[in-house]
Amino acid sequence: MDLSLLSALNAEREARRAAILVTELANGRQRLVRETEAEAEPMSDELLERLRTGRSGTVERDDGALFLNVHLPPVKLIVIGAVHVSQALAPMARELGLDATIVDPRTAFATPDRFPDVPVIAEWPQDALPKLGGFDRYTALACLTHDPKIDDQALLPALQAECFYIGALGSRRTHAKRIERLEAAGIGAEAIARIHAPIGLDIGAVTPAEIAVSILAEIVAEQRRDRRRAPQTRPAS
Amino acid sequence: MLSTDSDILKAAEGWRREGRGVALATVIETWGSAPRPVGSHLVIDHDGNFLGSVSGGCVEGDVLTEAADAIEDGKPRMLEFGVADETAWRAGLSCGGRIKVYVEKLG
Repeated sequence: MDLSLLSALNAEREARRAAILVTELANGRQRLVRETEAEAEPMSDELLERLRTGRSGTVERDDGALFLNVHLPPVKLIVIGAVHVSQALAPMARELGLDATIVDPRTAFATPDRFPDVPVIAEWPQDALPKLGGFDRYTALACLTHDPKIDDQALLPALQAECFYIGALGSRRTHAKRIERLEAAGIGAEAIARIHAPIGLDIGAVTPAEIAVSILAEIVAEQRRDRRRAPQTRPAS
Repeated sequence: MLSTDSDILKAAEGWRREGRGVALATVIETWGSAPRPVGSHLVIDHDGNFLGSVSGGCVEGDVLTEAADAIEDGKPRMLEFGVADETAWRAGLSCGGRIKVYVEKLG
């Protein structure tokens, strides 16, 4: 691979843009297809599908095999709320390779002492988010404050930016009120339905660590959606 | 913390800019229970320093040898490992999977 090509690929990754490195396996020739260029490519269907799923692989063509290495930006996780669940979640998120940041304007909660593993920003979401580069499709958002004044500031832009995962803590009753507020703000039903609430996979989680596991499992399930098996039916007992 | 693929590619670029001979190994295909997904990278320099993984440790030794040759002659090569062939048995891909690894020099 040419150093200039690797440089160009690294620049796309740095800017959080998806790209595919195409290698002709017979002769080693390579080129980079940026996400914005995929549509104009002769193999656009194949390339766009791979950008969607993030799956790398080989394609056999009449003129030889092509290896498509799909580079999606690393997943960014923004957690609103420097709460107990977030404390349990931060080191686990790091272990999963998620680029996590905690945001909470309540300075008593948002302290580096409570969060040694990840960056903490003690500001309102509307002020903190631009510093984090805002939301994109490769961002997951978990709203955990229980306080609509704080959570809603992140929910609205996350829905607009089509974050791949949006979860919000709270009971069904809390969520019903949230839906009313979002509808009043002009958000459509389809967008609202994308919010995972109550947050987390239903594993009967009780402790903060268990709730953190259920949230992270739900994020992974969304991230790996195309690899999931169809739901298994349990044998009758 | 485990190196992510983006760290590995950044390191590859940095090493090359320092003037080191560098090769990049990439998992091209997997069958069965291969430990690292397609697209995973291992970057190797001319002294045998490496970062990343193509198999979680099973065949890295053989990949390092081939990488040294690729840095030397500049030719890309395709390596295959699996339990069925003798080389792979030696390399110890004991999980029962098979993998194909592309090794190329970073120019």
